[in-house]
Amino acid sequence: MQEIVLEAQGLTKQYNGFVAVDGLDLTIRQGEVFGLLGPNGAGKTTTILMLLGLSEPTAGSVRVLGFDPARQPLSVKARVGYLPEQLGFYDNLTARENLIYTARLNGLSREVAYRRIEEALAQVRLQDVADRRVSTFSRGMRQRLGVADVLLKHPRLVIMDEPTQGLDPEAAREFLEIIRQLSADGITVMLSSHLLHQVQAVCDRVGLFYQGSMVLEGTVEELARSVLGSAYRVRLEVAGPDRLEDMLRQLDGVVSVHRPAPTVYELEATSDLRAAAARAVVEAGGDLLSLEVELPSLDDIYAQYFHQSDGSDAQTDAGGRS
Amino acid sequence: MDVSVSKSNRWTRASGRYRREGSPWTGLWAVVAKEMADHLTSVRMSILEILTVLTATGTVYVAAQNLRQTVAQDRFLFLKLFTTAQDPLPAFVGFLGFLVPLIAIALSFDAVNGEFNRRTISRILAQPIYRDALLLGKFLAGLFTMALILTTIWLLIIGLGIMTLGVPPSAEEVARSLWFLLLTIFYGGIWLALGMLCSILFRQPATAALASISTWLFFTIFWGMLASLLAQALTPERGDLITQALTQVRLEIALGRFSPNTLYAEAALAMLQPSVRSLGLVLPFQLQGALLGAPLPLDQSIMLTWPHLTGLIAATILLFALGYVIFQRREIRA
Repeated sequence: MQEIVLEAQGLTKQYNGFVAVDGLDLTIRQGEVFGLLGPNGAGKTTTILMLLGLSEPTAGSVRVLGFDPARQPLSVKARVGYLPEQLGFYDNLTARENLIYTARLNGLSREVAYRRIEEALAQVRLQDVADRRVSTFSRGMRQRLGVADVLLKHPRLVIMDEPTQGLDPEAAREFLEIIRQLSADGITVMLSSHLLHQVQAVCDRVGLFYQGSMVLEGTVEELARSVLGSAYRVRLEVAGPDRLEDMLRQLDGVVSVHRPAPTVYELEATSDLRAAAARAVVEAGGDLLSLEVELPSLDDIYAQYFHQSDGSDAQTDAGGRS
Repeated sequence: MDVSVSKSNRWTRASGRYRREGSPWTGLWAVVAKEMADHLTSVRMSILEILTVLTATGTVYVAAQNLRQTVAQDRFLFLKLFTTAQDPLPAFVGFLGFLVPLIAIALSFDAVNGEFNRRTISRILAQPIYRDALLLGKFLAGLFTMALILTTIWLLIIGLGIMTLGVPPSAEEVARSLWFLLLTIFYGGIWLALGMLCSILFRQPATAALASISTWLFFTIFWGMLASLLAQALTPERGDLITQALTQVRLEIALGRFSPNTLYAEAALAMLQPSVRSLGLVLPFQLQGALLGAPLPLDQSIMLTWPHLTGLIAATILLFALGYVIFQRREIRA
């Protein structure tokens, strides 16, 4: 087992009687990319602020890299990078000047600071615009500058709050690439998002956050299995004999069979049934035109989960999920 | 929940710390340097600097023209540069009385809410520094900037004085005007701390600026009237008419000193006009045996204005502390 980087137990935060985070338990290990997923207002940002010692927990305990953020905030903040949701820079300064200020706040010596600034700018590919004012930067460039800002302190853990929000698809893709790069460099990453497919693209493990508590936690596959009951969807296009449903339904591990179009069958299964399904079709005398398996997307899990919980509390804001 | 709390205590004990680690001033000088650089390069400051320098040059030049005829008749010719008024221009001290608050408020009204509005606050506080360092750093940067401007102007006036009057200032004049400079800087400190407090209280810089300027206007224009009304209402109807009148005047003076403007004006007067012997009410019999018009020695003038300086500094610290407490408790979540 890898070393535990972050551990929260019974973490609770109340604002004037309103419970923003309710008894959260969370463990993140070295080298993971963990996605904190949930609709807006689920308490993700509050949780992150408490993990960093920027907000005092009402109850519960947190250990980050072995430090208590409430008591040893300087040790925590010297080792943990934070990319806030609302990322701001001093617009009248250049990118480099902004980074110099951060380096000085981190107490880096001049030579170390200059070397790290060059490295960080290179890593996020902003060397060419380093001496331009930040006011001229696009949102994607600012976000990358934010990563450079975080990298200056050579963090062991980076926490990102909605890092891809407001980025166009190309910039978001580039940004996810940067996150993968960080992970490859051995940095543990925790990110929050409500954009499911992006979390799915980079995260090893996902926690589903809802109304202040972690309702589900695990890999995307595990989540799929526990919410949807089946993790694989096999799609077959078949020419030939009709009525293959019954035969397909008898395969081992099939949960359900749909027939959205006359020649298309969709199997929901607990394992990858492509080979068995293909054999069954051929044995039944059919011609297999196409065969594909799709992993359930987090969107499905999400929709399914909130569909289930909507029964009890109907006020779930659909708008927040978009 | 109880379990987790006791666990947290154990952790705390295990690491041997009940208090916050490290110095609250970690990173203070980084903040001061950055904020001062911002102040000194900002357009806002350039405008105020030009305004102040023009005012200083104008009033001092006019005063010098006026004083030229009286050379050798006055021991404290240089100090007169600060206090001589020539219609329609008021004396330089009078100008400073409202320019300093203006500069101080301009330096501080968006200190904290500006960080919130630029959304830099969470990024800065995620660096290994405490909020203490950020707030004090911003305050010190403002104070140093103001000290820098005022000292420059002070040097400018001394230089102009030597050029136009043709005599160098005496040691006592230099000492008195330096004390006056110190008073002026801390007079600015109050307004700086006020502007900062408003920038913590109000999210909008415009609201903060308006609130600070209203407070300043209140003390400049209305407090004097209010003090006399209050004194009238609060004086007990006891004893003969003279005692009553005396009590009322004393009360009015005391109330008036709640205004930083009054404190500053009185102290400046006592420092720059050595013939001022008292800042309170002086009755004719108290003057018996006094050499009227004879200047007070430097140490006596300092004694006279000591309460004023400590008052200005105390008010500055009080306002800063108030802002500090509010800022520490603020959730940084926008």
